[in-house]
Amino acid sequence: MFTVQVLGSGCTKCTKTAEKITAYTQAKNISATVVKETSAEVIMQYGVMRTPAVIIDEKLVHSGGIPTTEQLDEWFQ
Amino acid sequence: MFQVFTDFASWLIYGQLGLSPETKLGDALHFFVEDVSKIFVLLVVMIYLIALLRASLNIEKVRNYLAGKNKGLGYVMGAGFGAITPFCSCSSIPVFLGFTSAGIPVGITMSFLLTSPLINEVAILLLVSLLGWQFTLMYVLVGIAVGILGGAFLDLIHAEKWLQSFAAKALKAANATNDTASESGQSNALAFKLRHQFAKQETSEIFGRVWKWVIVGVGLGAGLHGFVPDGWIESHLGDGQWWSVPAAVLLGIPLYSNATGVIPVMESLIVKGLPVGTTLAFCMSTVAASFPEFILLKQVMQWRLLAILFIMLLLAFTLIGWIFNFLAPII
Repeated sequence: MFTVQVLGSGCTKCTKTAEKITAYTQAKNISATVVKETSAEVIMQYGVMRTPAVIIDEKLVHSGGIPTTEQLDEWFQ
Repeated sequence: MFQVFTDFASWLIYGQLGLSPETKLGDALHFFVEDVSKIFVLLVVMIYLIALLRASLNIEKVRNYLAGKNKGLGYVMGAGFGAITPFCSCSSIPVFLGFTSAGIPVGITMSFLLTSPLINEVAILLLVSLLGWQFTLMYVLVGIAVGILGGAFLDLIHAEKWLQSFAAKALKAANATNDTASESGQSNALAFKLRHQFAKQETSEIFGRVWKWVIVGVGLGAGLHGFVPDGWIESHLGDGQWWSVPAAVLLGIPLYSNATGVIPVMESLIVKGLPVGTTLAFCMSTVAASFPEFILLKQVMQWRLLAILFIMLLLAFTLIGWIFNFLAPII
């Protein structure tokens, strides 16, 4: 069970990132909850300056841009 | 070098479509095709080349450079980095907070954030190709000056008092521990293959974002070019009317655009006789002061600071307009 947070203040790329991760985990039958986090304070706490950023189980794995499918493969091994 | 685009537009509009250069429609369409084709080609080539060069520069590195710099140098570097570092306006909040929580003074952060939308490679490229290098140089110097002086002013009035409380706390905490810039930067030497990959990605991303603006901007410019009678602007909004500069600045605020959209409009305005200072003031206000941006900044700043920032930009752009209108006939 993965807990995924997509950090970003509501830009289209952030929405796309969250959608991509949701679609990926569903297709691969990976159990994961994907939530979008838009609070500036939370984004700051993770030290993220380029959004969208992806946090998996409280760990920052990606920042700036929509992740590639290869990256997703790596994260959800 | 740009003649090929004029020839292409002539061939398409006058030759293939059979419109006469004498008609308003023919004139406006010719202008549109020439500018759009020229800008599109230049954009792709230049964004790629510039991205190759700056592949190893990212926002984390900029923060690390700026953290711990003394103030005087900080403003200059903040504005300088603002000019060369690309970032989407949707990232301005995380960038603001990232800088703040690294202990960088609010003024230096704002030097960066004010300069960034005003000056970027796309804006410079369009200015050089449409308005010439003298105008471009002037624009860049003024843009950097706004960033430096604006940032210095905000620190002078202790703008950090009016941050939202969590941001103010982060700034204090960073200054207390003073362990800024702990992250190690990656190596500067990127292989060419990686640079090429980055540049390709940047080109398609930036182009994908700005092409619509080019169409809208050039479309408006073409409309002005073809349909506003020569001399109309000059006699109604020329040098004599001092109020035309603040009016242009106020008009620019609700008209939110980025530099890509507004520069082709500037070209037409100047050709039609709008004074340079008024045009510059209008452009900068359209690009740098926008309501959507200010609403975003509300997350990290109190109303009071937002209002100060807003008024500061209005005054700065009005002054720039007046100074350039005054100087233009002399130079």
